[in-house]
Amino acid sequence: MFAFVIQRLFQAVLVMLVVAFVSFSLFQFVGDPINNMVGQDATQEQREALRERLGLNDPIPIQFVNFVGNAAQFQFGLSYRLGIPVEDIIAQRLPATIELVLVSAIIALVVGVPMGVYTGLNRNSPISKVFLTVSLIGISLPTFLIGILLILIFGVWLAWLPTFGRGGTIDLGWWETSFLTLQGWRSLVLPAITLALFQLTLIMRLVRAEMLEVLRTDYIKFARARGLSNRAINFGHALKNTLVPVITIIGLQIGSLLAFSIITETVFAWPGMGLLIIQAIQFADIPVMSSYLVLIALFFVVINLIVDLLYYVVDPRLRVERGGGGH
Amino acid sequence: MRYRLGLVAAVAAVAALTLSPTQDAQAQEKVFRYATTGDVLGLDPHSNNEGPTNTMKGNIYGLLIHRKPDLSLEPDLAVSWENVDDVTWRFALREGVTFHNGNPFTADDVVYSFERQSQETSDMSFAIATIEEVRKVDDYTVEIVTNGPDPILLLNMPNFYIMDKEWVEENNSFEVVRGAGQTNFPNVNANGTGPYRVVEWVQDNRLVLEPFEGYWNADGMMSNIDRAVLTPIPNDATRVAALLSGEIDMMYPVPLQDIPRLQNEADVDVLEGPELRTIFLGFDQWRDELLDMPGTGQNPFKDQRVRAAFAHAIDLQAIQRVVMRGASTPTGLMVAPGINGFVEDLNTPYEYNPDRSRELLEEAGFADGFPVTLDCPNDRYVNDEAICNAVIPMLERIGINVSLNAQTKSLHFNKIGRAEENNTSFFMLGWTPGSYDSLNPLMQLMTTGAPGHGDWNSGRYNNQQVMDLAERIKTEMDPEARQALITEAFQIHQDDVGHVPLHQQALAWGVRTDTVAEIIQRPFNDVDLRYVVMQ
Repeated sequence: MFAFVIQRLFQAVLVMLVVAFVSFSLFQFVGDPINNMVGQDATQEQREALRERLGLNDPIPIQFVNFVGNAAQFQFGLSYRLGIPVEDIIAQRLPATIELVLVSAIIALVVGVPMGVYTGLNRNSPISKVFLTVSLIGISLPTFLIGILLILIFGVWLAWLPTFGRGGTIDLGWWETSFLTLQGWRSLVLPAITLALFQLTLIMRLVRAEMLEVLRTDYIKFARARGLSNRAINFGHALKNTLVPVITIIGLQIGSLLAFSIITETVFAWPGMGLLIIQAIQFADIPVMSSYLVLIALFFVVINLIVDLLYYVVDPRLRVERGGGGH
Repeated sequence: MRYRLGLVAAVAAVAALTLSPTQDAQAQEKVFRYATTGDVLGLDPHSNNEGPTNTMKGNIYGLLIHRKPDLSLEPDLAVSWENVDDVTWRFALREGVTFHNGNPFTADDVVYSFERQSQETSDMSFAIATIEEVRKVDDYTVEIVTNGPDPILLLNMPNFYIMDKEWVEENNSFEVVRGAGQTNFPNVNANGTGPYRVVEWVQDNRLVLEPFEGYWNADGMMSNIDRAVLTPIPNDATRVAALLSGEIDMMYPVPLQDIPRLQNEADVDVLEGPELRTIFLGFDQWRDELLDMPGTGQNPFKDQRVRAAFAHAIDLQAIQRVVMRGASTPTGLMVAPGINGFVEDLNTPYEYNPDRSRELLEEAGFADGFPVTLDCPNDRYVNDEAICNAVIPMLERIGINVSLNAQTKSLHFNKIGRAEENNTSFFMLGWTPGSYDSLNPLMQLMTTGAPGHGDWNSGRYNNQQVMDLAERIKTEMDPEARQALITEAFQIHQDDVGHVPLHQQALAWGVRTDTVAEIIQRPFNDVDLRYVVMQ
């Protein structure tokens, strides 16, 4: 177990270095930040001096080594656009995204899993059919359209909820949270639903398919023959065995929630990481972009590690093999 | 590190304050909430030179001379000024003015601000580039000495921001720094003499301002707001929705397709007006061989007739009607009305006449046309890519084979700019002179070959006569003689078809009439809070 974690950590560092290098190479194509940073009246000498100060005249490998060296000391440079340290900006933005992703993931799970179980157990009920039809909308409509529609209906027509931004936050010193005020929750509802919808549909369909699969297996038939209650069979045996692939997908999907949050945050002007990266790309703000990509790589690595560890918990066979093997 | 702790503490303190007392006071308080596409770049008045950022500085910092919405000048921190001789100006300063932190304003602050703003790292140094020295005569008099007669010194003064010497020194931030591994205190904090002080700034999230009680002209203010909150909302649809739902009182720009919808809304009004920026097309006039015609040894754009053929082939009215949905002013001059030196008589666009174009091409020996790439931004000006897309079939009608290269602004400006040696044959660009004077486009766009000339003359249009005229315009102190020189230079440029001006795009602001009583739209396309009146 311990060796396994160490091995994964080593892989993680490798993955992050590769991501950092690939992103660095890509930045050669986002354009020159200088024209965005200086006004039209700046002289050629001023432009050249700024290029030099920013190290943009250095060869790419040198820029990369400098970046990794600084990142190892948690120094990510200054944002070209905002002029403050990147680590400060990320510390300011991360809470907004994490809270949004967390609430979305919970909505997707709490609604998606029961819906999947229900439609799996009651294949032919009319409610299942309604669920499945509605879920098609969740999968096929693009996120920004869902967001705009929700804004139009609940923000403009009904005027129930705010249409943009993150209101009513309370600063705990190191974490600005929306969870402690009503206004904070009101701002959170629409973006969280927008972000959750796709995941919700996916989880529901996955759980349903797995349930149908498991219910056909022999051990369920034996369990029925043993006269166990429906409840024990469905939830104790069937659901538990559907969870391994579901956990994998959910783990990966939390990663993609972070990625999809770029669109949701742009639509709702939600001041999190997604909005930050979009604006950074438009400005060719290289320090922010590279730090963001490394951070996202870190998220994926950590999430995958957690998923692997959860397998141990859910699937006893893995524990036996590893325990006996002693690799 | 110290400033970071300070920032956290300040934010925490503000958050604690906003929790309780404002909740009760909110009813009576006149809060002006407005939104635009992006945040300001920073609060240091000497660091960045960008339209929206400059306006925000103007809310916070005082200037010797302030520019009113109609572009005329009015005294701010200077009460009067006079020419001692051709190169010396004497400014009498306003007495009894204090900065937001209570420090008194004196001549020392002007001298110090000049020294700070004229550093190379300051993007605002262009505005005071002709000033040799600012010297203190007494506490409330300064003399500005220029390095030669400078007819537009006063026009540049609204870009000269006055900081508090004591405050800057206390925070050890004389140097203007940008992206150099450190930041400076004034970029996230502010202390000016202007009518508003910064209460809170969470970047990309909200910038909160309140009127400064000690403002010298507090009684003469048109505005009645108690607080202003600027929120950046990058997404067009979200910004419109926020205005419709009443969560904000004003927003800009209104996307062209939403203007009719907002006009039909009961409590919403759309203010429209021309912007000062001119959008134009330019041609490579210096390479011996056009980039798209390798091996031919020919550059058709060196021939005035070819450039004229292009100018006559582009239907500005169609672009205005179809692409801009009426929200633009077709134009024949490289500067907009309101810019010092604008000539009404020269503002007639080139006649739309494709037959004439074909004749001209034939005369020039290009009856069969030639291939060329049009470089165009797609996220900088209103409908920029759509305009280029509209131009292409117009030119194809006269036999030119145009391919479009539309890309994001950071790539576009890099390609057509000096960084890549003006790597373009045919390009779109937009320009507003920062000094509001015609000398600026003459220097930047219409001359080349000497330091300070032609930084954005991407086609390297070059005419010695224009160059000579520009040199004289630079130092001619008599306004009438100067105007004659400007008119002559513009006439030559127009006859040469150095560029093809297209239009000034229109400003469109969405305003809620149930909360905002009056707001004055300035041609800069941004909001000066002193001209906002709430119901």
